[in-house]
Formats: sequence, structure tokens, C-alpha cells
Amino acid sequence: MEDMIFYDRLQFAFTITFHYVFPQLTMGLSLMIVYFKWRYLREKVEKYNDAAKFFMKIFAINFTMGVVTGIPMEFQFGTNWAKFSELTGSIIGQTLAMEGLFSFFLESSFLVLFIFGEKRLGQKLHFLTAVLVFLGSWASGWFILATNAWMQHPVGYEILENGKFVLTNFKALFTNPWLLPAFLHNQLASVVTSAFVVASIGAFYILRNKNVEFGKLFLKTGVIFGLISSILVAFPTGDWNAKNVVKYQPAAFAAMEGIFETEEAGAEIVLIGQPNMVEKKLDNKIAVPNILSFLTYQDWNKQIAGMDQFEEDELPDNIPALYYSYHIMVGLGTIFIGLMSLAAFFLWRKKLYTMNGILWAIMFMVPFPYIANLTGWYTAELGRQPYLVYGLLRTSEGISPNVSSGNTLFTLLGFVALYMLLGLLFLVLVGKTIHQGPKSQTH
Amino acid sequence: MELFWFIIIALILVVFFILDGYDFGTGIIHLFYAKKEKDKEVIAKSAGLFWDSNEVWLVAAGGLLFMAFPTFYASVFSGFYLPLILVLWLIIFRAIGLEFRSQFNFQMWKDIWDTSFGVSSLLLALFFGIALGNIVRGVNLGGFENGTSIHEPHYFFLPLWDASFSPLTTHPGVIDWFTLIIGFISVVTLAIHGANWIVLKTNSSINKKLKTVAFRLNGVLVLLTIISLISWKTINPQSFANFSDRPYLLIFPLIYLTGIIGTFFISRFKNDTIPFTFSTLIIFGGITSSLASLFPVILPSTNSIHPALTIYNTSASNYGLSVASGWGVIGLILLLVYFIVQKRLMKGKIDDMDYGH
Repeated sequence: MEDMIFYDRLQFAFTITFHYVFPQLTMGLSLMIVYFKWRYLREKVEKYNDAAKFFMKIFAINFTMGVVTGIPMEFQFGTNWAKFSELTGSIIGQTLAMEGLFSFFLESSFLVLFIFGEKRLGQKLHFLTAVLVFLGSWASGWFILATNAWMQHPVGYEILENGKFVLTNFKALFTNPWLLPAFLHNQLASVVTSAFVVASIGAFYILRNKNVEFGKLFLKTGVIFGLISSILVAFPTGDWNAKNVVKYQPAAFAAMEGIFETEEAGAEIVLIGQPNMVEKKLDNKIAVPNILSFLTYQDWNKQIAGMDQFEEDELPDNIPALYYSYHIMVGLGTIFIGLMSLAAFFLWRKKLYTMNGILWAIMFMVPFPYIANLTGWYTAELGRQPYLVYGLLRTSEGISPNVSSGNTLFTLLGFVALYMLLGLLFLVLVGKTIHQGPKSQTH
Repeated sequence: MELFWFIIIALILVVFFILDGYDFGTGIIHLFYAKKEKDKEVIAKSAGLFWDSNEVWLVAAGGLLFMAFPTFYASVFSGFYLPLILVLWLIIFRAIGLEFRSQFNFQMWKDIWDTSFGVSSLLLALFFGIALGNIVRGVNLGGFENGTSIHEPHYFFLPLWDASFSPLTTHPGVIDWFTLIIGFISVVTLAIHGANWIVLKTNSSINKKLKTVAFRLNGVLVLLTIISLISWKTINPQSFANFSDRPYLLIFPLIYLTGIIGTFFISRFKNDTIPFTFSTLIIFGGITSSLASLFPVILPSTNSIHPALTIYNTSASNYGLSVASGWGVIGLILLLVYFIVQKRLMKGKIDDMDYGH
């Protein structure tokens, strides 16, 4: 039983991590494509149109990867989490099906129209297809987060005698207090990823002295989008989410922040330290007193519950992983704000394009927004443990009782092998597109 | 409400098999009949341009099935764990083949990825047919054996095959001689459909030959259909009862028959959309006939202890289903609009097409 749960969780974690590399770029990138196309409509300068079409090619590669890695996600609810699907399907099935029906179709149909239809549609309608692709991809995020929000903070349900959850209030799924902050935080974080990708391709072109005109455009646009979004990710949306966690999942909050013992006179904020699960304390801790209480409640001395206040089986089951994920996300987020502020400053002083140090830094920063996005999701999901539906349905009660751990290990290994091949394909395709540059007419 | 959702989901699944079916079929034809590089390229392209927007229908069907019949979703997806994961892998592997082939320009590279595209298309067609065969035949619900059940009544777990290879035991595997016949029917049908698609969408040099191929495969299909009907009657004597109780359901087998008869006249049609329409009717008629013969059952039980899964004992609550029918109808209308817009823009032979650059 224990290893069944372990392999099911590992397979889901692995496949969703790999999947989320792709949509996190497409959601942010679609916004930037709309921006480029809009600039073209307004100013009729050809480079904006080329930029929009270039990034739609990269979008399309990511979308394809998202489709083939997304189908396994939907299937896995049934294959590996049958009991969970049976008990909650009539609720989370609503939002998941709406994602398929409304957003996925919108995105895929208008992506095809954008790529093939510029001549036949004319410029205004072509812009409209970009807007619809953007709407489709953001609606997708909205429905997935509505699903996740229900698991984090269940609303609008009733539990029948046989343990099944049934929907009693459809509207509640979308007015869930967990949803809006999580959605905004997630979408802005995906804009951070795409801004870094755009800026880094720009930096690459400038450093290589190839496609320099596009390099400057991409870098400038990426830095501006990146600065705004990385600030908004932290404040107000990150802060808003943290307040939700304190309110609805206090045990997860204590574990995230690494508070082993409740402090009477206000909680300190931990900057660095390693959770020591044997002695139940943080090793090598650097912390600033009372800041956490202030950030959370705007009151320096307000008490925040530590992990000692909760029963063992109410606490997340992997506290170090949760603690590190959260701190990596916050740490990286801070670095992004710093780097983008610096780049924006030099952009304003008209020096950025010749500052090789910053250009190299931006170019190599590309993996980190991905890591920050993923560790953010790990924080949300590890914090939800030991529950699938917070406070109501435990993870151990959700797995497929009829699928043995050997089968799951076998399929997990298969996914690992196949996704390595898929990852290679992705890099080849994206690398080729970047190498060919925005002026290229092939695809 | 259950009936409404059953029909909607069945229709979406049928659309999926019609759309993604032609690109599976294209892969099968590609594997066996495409010899010249120019043909290989254009045929691969006739699938490559469309497969991802076709697979969106699978996602929609899956999501709606999850919402409307969660117990069925849970039972079937976990019970057919291994074949379903194999299907997922094949879908991914096929995509890799289609997308990789044109990335480097030397023959061995192209051959490798062409084969991967062809073989995975063939296996997918086979597996989807086998899946339909399993649904029709039923499974050992609850894993009942020697007086005890090892699972809850609506759960089961099937091995890929069982030593006897027979559908008549109480615990058949995923692959037995009956499901294999349905698998072959699926391969042959989709090969015809794929051939018609290639004729419709390309100017490949084998188009003339493909009409003959489709004609011959159609003969094979008739033979396989007769064999499958006889074996089905042997396995389950009650299998055609629904049609005698509700004669209007005979419309579905009639559609299937129309498709087959039409396909025999394939060489006479000047308009290339007509053969494609007939193979569409075969797919539509084949799937709907199978579902109609089972209705309201959606997964029969091969033991007499645990009752079959029906659309009534696996559905979500009535409130959920009615709310969903509100947004569902809007969604379906939108879907139809996108579909028409997209098809109109992409009409014509793909090798003549101007992509707007």
C-alpha cells in the first residue's frame, strides 16, 4: 500500500512537472504575441509583425508538447487515481471538462488560423486570432486553477453517505476565495517565464551579433514585461496567496516557513536554514525577528501557529521538500526583480545593449523562472498533503486500489524514457527556430 | 440527463475517431504503400498538420466522461491500466515520428521516423479496436473468482492477455481472439479512411492505386464484420436483443452498411470528398451500432454476481449534470463554429496550399 501511494505520487509529480514546462511558457508568451501584433497594427513597422510570427512558431512547438504531455495528465486521474476520480469526479470533472471544451479548442483552432491564415484573414482578423489564442490559453489556466483551488479549499459540495462528493453550488467553484489570487499569481509567473525567454533570445542575438535589430526589440520588450510581472508576482499576488495559506491551511504555512515552535511574541522570517526533522528545528538558521508576523497580519507581535500546534497526521508529509520549494521560489523571485530592475535601469540610460555582463546574465537566467514556477507549484501541492481534498479526503484514499505498485513503476519508467526523447525533440525544434531567426519564412 | 450526456460524449468520441482516425489511417497507408520520398513527405504532412487539433477531441471526450460518468471513468481507466498507458505512449511516439522526420535531411533518419509514425499509427488503430472489443465483450467486474471478489464490485484489473486467449472464460484478458477481430476491423476501417483522406488532401502519385487498395480492404472489412457478428452472437446470445426491442436503433447498422456499399463504388466517384464521406459513415455506424447494442449498459460484466456498469449506476449527480448541460451546449456550439471556420480555411490539397507567408 505504502509503495503504491509512493509510485502513484511520483508518476504524477514527474509527468505534471514535465507537462508544466510547456503551458507556463505559452500562457505568458501569448500575451506578448498579442502585444507585438498590436504594435504592428498601430505602427505598421514590419519587425513587430515578424516578432509576433516568430514567437507564435515557438508557441506552436510548446503547444504541441503541451498536448501530448497533457493527455496523460487527464488519463492519470482515471488510471492511477481511480478512487479520487470516482469520489470527486462530479465536481472536478466540471472544471476539467470545461477546460477541454472552452479553452483547449479555442487555443488550438485559432493557433492554426494564426499560423496559416494571415493572408486570407487580413491584418485585423489576424490580430483577433492572436487575442483568441491568448484568451484560450489563459482560460485554460483559469479552469485548471479552479480545479486545484477546489482541492486546496473545497466549496459548494456535499458528501453523500457512500463518501461521494456531489456538487451543490456550481457558482461557488468560481467564486472560491482560493481561486483568484492563485490564478493571478500563476499567470503573472508565467509572464515572468516568457519575458525571460524573450529577453534571453534577444540577448543571444545581440551577443552573437546576428539579427541585432530583433535582438534589441526582444530584449527591451522582455525586460519591461519581466520587470512589471516579477514585481506583481511577489506583491500583491504572492502576498495574497500566503495570507490564504495562513487562513485555510495553517499547518502548511508553518511547514513552508519552517516554524517548528510557536513563538509567543511574533514570528521571525527565515531567510536561510535547513530543516532538521530529527531534532525538529532549523539548522544554520538566519532569520529576522517579527517580520513574518508583520507581513502576515501587519502586526509585529501577532502569534503564528508553529508545527508544534498540529497533530502529526495533519502536517504535510514531506516538510523539508515543502520548505525548500517555497524558499527556492521566493529566493529566485527576489533575484528576478533585482536583475530586471538593473536591466531596466540601463535600458533607460540607453546602455543595456552594450553591457555584455548583464546580457550574459539574462541569457543564462532562462532555466530559473521555470524552476521558480515549478517550485511554486510544489509548494502548493506538497502543502496540501496529506490530503487530496484539503481536510476531507486523504491522499492514501484516492489511489487506484486495483493497480499494483509494480505496474505503476513500470509505467513511470516508460514515461521517463519517452519524455527524455520528447525533451530532446523540443530542444532541437526550438533551437532550430531560434537559429533560423525571425526573418526566416520556413517552419 | 444521463442519456443526454451519453449521446453527447458518444458523438464527441465518434468525431474523434473520424478525425484522428484518418491520421491513424494515413500512418498505416504510409507504412505499407508510400514508396517515393515525395509521396512519403506529402502523406506525412497530411497527417502532421492536423493531428494535434484532432487529438483535442480526445481531451474533450475524456473530460466530459470524467464529469458525467465518474464511476465509469475510474473503473475503466484503472481496469485497462496497461493498454491505456500503452495508447498514451503510442500517441506520444507517433507525434515524435511526425515532428522529427523533417528535421534532418538524410534518408536513414527519415526512414526511422517514418516507421515510428507508421507502426504507432497501426498499433493505435489496433488498440482502439481492441478497446471497443473489450467494452462490447465485458470484463470480470470485481475480479470475481471461486466465490470471492478481490475488488469492489465496479473495479477490475485486466492482464494484457490470458493463457486461454478466449473471450468465453469468466476472466478474459485485454487481448483475446474476439477483441483481436475487432482490432483488425478497426485497422482495416481506418486504413480505408486514411487512404480516402490522402486522395482527398494530396496529389500524391499513389492516389490511383489507393482507390484500389480501399476497394480491396473494403472486401476484407465485409468478411471481418461477418466473422465478428457470428462470434459476438456465440459469446453473448443476447447481443442483438436491443435491435429487436427497439427497431429504430437499426438506423446505426444501416449507416454502417451504407458506408460499406458506397466504398465498393469508390472508383466511379470523381469528387474525392464522396469516398471520404462513406468511410466516415463506416466509422460512425460501427461505433454507434456497438454502443446501441449494449445500451444502457456501458460495460457488461462477465460474471453473474456483479451487475454491469450502465449510464445510470455510474453517473454524476443530477444537479451536476444539469448545470453542465447549460455550459455544455454553449461549448458545443462554439466548437462547431471553430471547426467550420478552420476547415474552410484549410480546404484544398495541402501540396497546392499557400500557407500565407
